[in-house]
Order: sequence, then C-alpha cells, then structure tokens
Amino acid sequence: MMNMPHWEHFEHEADIGIRGIAPTLEQAFEQAAVAMTAVVTDPELVSDALAVPIKCEAPDNELLLVSWINELVYEMSAHGWLFNRYRVAIDGGKLTATAFGVAVDRQKHQPAVEIKGATFTGLHVYRQADGMWVAQCVVDV
Amino acid sequence: MDTGQFIQRDETCWEIEPKGAMHVPAIIYADAQLLQEMDQKVYEQITNVATLPGIVQAAYAMPDAHWGYGFPIGGVAAFDPDQGGIVSAGGVGFDISCGVRTLHTGLNIDQLQPHKQALADALYRTVPAGVGSRGKIHLNHKTMHGMLTGGARWALDQGFGEQRDLERIEEHGCMAGAEPHYVSPRARERQQDEMGTLGSGNHYLEVQRVAEIFDPAVAKTFSLRVGDVVISIHCGSRGLGHQIGTEFLKDMAMAAAQYQIALPDRELACAPLNSPLGKQYLGAMRAAINCALANRQIITHLTRQAVATVFPGIHLGLLYDVSHNTCKLERHMIDGQKKSLFVHRKGATRAFGPGHPDLPAAFKEVGQPVLIGGSMGTSSYVLCGTKESEQRAFSSACHGAGRAMSRTQATKQWQGRTLVDQLAAKGIIIRSPSMRGVAEEAPLAYKDVSAVVDIADRAGLARKVARLEPVICIKG
Repeated sequence: MMNMPHWEHFEHEADIGIRGIAPTLEQAFEQAAVAMTAVVTDPELVSDALAVPIKCEAPDNELLLVSWINELVYEMSAHGWLFNRYRVAIDGGKLTATAFGVAVDRQKHQPAVEIKGATFTGLHVYRQADGMWVAQCVVDV
Repeated sequence: MDTGQFIQRDETCWEIEPKGAMHVPAIIYADAQLLQEMDQKVYEQITNVATLPGIVQAAYAMPDAHWGYGFPIGGVAAFDPDQGGIVSAGGVGFDISCGVRTLHTGLNIDQLQPHKQALADALYRTVPAGVGSRGKIHLNHKTMHGMLTGGARWALDQGFGEQRDLERIEEHGCMAGAEPHYVSPRARERQQDEMGTLGSGNHYLEVQRVAEIFDPAVAKTFSLRVGDVVISIHCGSRGLGHQIGTEFLKDMAMAAAQYQIALPDRELACAPLNSPLGKQYLGAMRAAINCALANRQIITHLTRQAVATVFPGIHLGLLYDVSHNTCKLERHMIDGQKKSLFVHRKGATRAFGPGHPDLPAAFKEVGQPVLIGGSMGTSSYVLCGTKESEQRAFSSACHGAGRAMSRTQATKQWQGRTLVDQLAAKGIIIRSPSMRGVAEEAPLAYKDVSAVVDIADRAGLARKVARLEPVICIKG
C-alpha cells in the first residue's frame, strides 16, 4: 500500500495542507491535486465526464506544484468545475495535464469551501529515502 | 510559545530586539496567556517580516495573530519607498480587502423575534452564499472597468445603494490609484459572475443584537443601544482578488533575485515599491480593493431588499465598512516627522483615532468604528480608534478571533448538523449550503474573541464600544 500513489492532508492553523505521495513526480502531482479536491468535497462523489487540458511551467518543481494547483483553482473558480482524477506529464519544468471532472452540483457535492489559491507555505517537492516522491503545500481557503 | 523569548515592555507589549537580518524590532501585543497560546510560527514570521527592505519602526503582530503565509495573520508593517521599501503580495493576502461592514436596522430585538425565521429565509434566498454561487450581475468589459476603478461608487451608479452610504466606507467607497490594465483576463473571468456573493470559509452575513455597551458616549455617536439589531457582512474581493494574489505572488517570488532581495521565506515574495512590478501590483491590488467595496455594496443592496420583504419601509444605514487585508499609502509620524508609508495590514483593521483627516465628520471626535467579527455563534465587537494607536502600531487593531484549531481537527471533532441544532437551542439560526463548512467553522475552533478584544483595548490599539451577539448567521 505504501508504495501506491496516495494523498493526505496535513495541518495548518488557519487553512489546510495537501500532500501527494507516489513513486513518480508526476503521480505525486496528481495525488496532491486529488487532496486539493478533497478539501472541497469527497472526491468519490465527483465523476469524470469532462476532460480539461492544463498547461503550465515554472523554473523549479516547487513553483511548478503551486502553478499546477493554481491552474486547477482557476478552472474550478471560473468554470464551476470539480475534478476527481488527473493525468500529468512533466518535462523540463513544463507540465502538461488533463483534469477529469464535472460541473459542481451543490446538492450532490455539498462543497465545504472554495480554495483561494495555493501558497508557498509548507511547500516541498522532494524524493524520500524510500524513493517515493512527495509534493505538498498549504492551500488558502 | 515561550514568553522568555521576549522583552516585556509593558502589560501587553512584547518585543523581540533586532538580531540577524532584522532591520527593526518585532512587537507582539498580547497578554502572557495569549502569547503562550500563539504558535511559534508567529514568532518566526513576524521576525522574518522585520528583515524586509525599507521596513520602518517595527513589525507588529496583533493580539489575534496566528500562523499565516509569510506574514502572520494579524501582521502590520510599514515600508518607506524612499528607503528601498517593498510591497508584498503575501503581506496583503489572497483575499484582498476582505473586511466587515455593519448596517443599522432601526429595529430592536423584540421587534425582530417574531419574524426571525422569515428574515433568515429571506436573507438566505437573496444573498448568494457558498461555493459555486453566482450573482445576478454579469460584468462585461466596460462594466468590469467601471467596477475596478469606481468601487462602491460604481455600485451606487448602478443603482445599488444610496449616496450617503459612501461616507461610511473607508476611502469614501472608492480606492484611488486603481489600474485595471494590470488586472489579468483570468482575474476578470473569475469575477464576471461573482459580484454580490459572500463566498465561503469564514465569510458570513450575520444579524446581531447589541448585547452590551462599554462606552456610552461613543456608542451614542455610533447610534448603538442595547437591544438594537444590526447586520454585519464579512467578505472580500472574491475570485478576482484571489487570482491577483496568486499571480503576483509567483511573479514576485521569481523576481526577488533580480531585485536582490534575500527572502527568508518564499511566501514573503515582494518587490520594491518603486519598481515596475511593485507599481503594477499596487495598481492591481487597488482595483481589487474596489472590487471588495463594490461587492459589499451590492450585498448591502440585496440585504436591504431581503429585509424589506419582512419589514417593509425600514431603512438600513451604514455604521461603517472596514477592510483588513490591504496595503495603503498613509501619513505617519516617524521620529517626529510625518512620512508617507505603505502600511500592510494582513488580518488587521485600520483604527484611525479622533481628529484623523480621513474620517467622516460624524467620527472626527471619537475615532473610526473598528469592526471585529467573531466566529459563528460567538460575539462580535465594535471598537473605536484611539490617538495612541498611531504610535502603538500605525493605527491598527485586531480583526477577529483567529483560529485555535485546524479545519481538519474541527471536522474530526464536530458535526455540522449537531452544531446547527446546538446553536438553534441558544436562539441562533444558522443557514448554510454546506454542513461540513459549518463544522470547519465551529465556534470552539476559534480563539475567544473577547480575550483578543480585551487586549486590543488594554494595549490602546482601539477602545471597546459595544458587544454584539448573533441572532441569524448566513454562512458561506
């Protein structure tokens, strides 16, 4: 199980931390994004009828994580979408991805909060001694 | 945190002398108990702020300070553009110009009681709240520009409100120096259908009763009597402000090396006030302040409409409208000289004292109303600015209770539905689209706002005038 891609939340006094853990950097980014959805609603309630292409770039992996999450925050905020899974490719600081999701349904999804943005607080992207990648930051809600 | 890390200057003033890269001292206003309860991160963050270029006098933390982003929430710092001073997107925060507006209703609690449910329903129906809610106003390019430059004044021109509302809003409802061309297409897109919406998280619209008066003379000037019903609105610049914060945070983080700014924490990303990036941010941030002012003005209009369906013919006038996430150019006394400084208030309320030239005539003698929101189900406070606040912390006070517990912990500890029932038993009606959102905002997940306000009062940051208790809360 511990070698499978997974996500978790971590504590921040005012807000909430999102963390993806996976064998590859790309999967860790995917899992961090699922953790982000879980801040808003139960990802299990979200279907994946819709495919949204996402692109962003940054000079290092940490800024890239913040940019990736903020791209999703923008898509959710401007178009009223929720995502449940992601497919990410990263090449030389350039991220290309597809986010799969659906329009928010206030009855079904009971969204708890909207995310204002990803922050640099608790921001780390690194490879653990066991080879697993960790991608994490705090989101402002 | 350990109080042994500080030099205690007086009962409520705790100082960290400059060390390492700090240019000025860091000062926290608290009593020993509040200080002990504060996260060690506040110490780290406020001393980091003291290292930023061009900071003047001291980096301050208000009694409600808690772990924020770069700046602590409850942080105040002023920068001198002539000394290489900076502006920091993190020092303003994502929710630019988030603030509180309080309205008089002219009703007393006995008149409200029989109609409480009806008013709660009308407000919940009329004021869009929560994730994914949209307003009825769609902004096109022209109206977006008008809103970003005009603020509440623009809203008034669109038919949302009355001329006399403007003098009861900081900046008289319109922030000068807004430059909408620095507001990105994405920020505009996020806002085009969000005008007049509350948002989520700790944002709310609350019907309150005046429960206690501390200063009868000032309360009279503020037209507050025990038993009066008022309505408070807490929200900010919505998606537009969040997007501006997001974009400039990244731009400033990437430009820090170019400006030779050594950042102790990336989140303190900033740019010199006199640099192109600094000026662009100021122009965009001021446009976002106008967005927040327009948003609260439209919500005021919607509130008036909702109240009129239950209480036809009553008039809702403004007590005041304050913002607590801003950077503003102000004149302050430094070493006996008036200087123009850019004051960042991140989760801190401006608290101009008696005689300040920017205050409307009604408040000239007593100082401005300082509106402090509580957490759901707990008291809120009205304070007034003091003369000594100028010298204490550039005329600033706290902004709320501050969280005592994370959202994750809160949802483990409480269930939304149970909380709503418990508050109902105390006579407080909660309306919210999300029960998990209610659990995350549980009253006990926040510090005791009364303790925070007492310290603000004892420290001379602002003086207590009245305590408000919630009757109806529309939670975003």
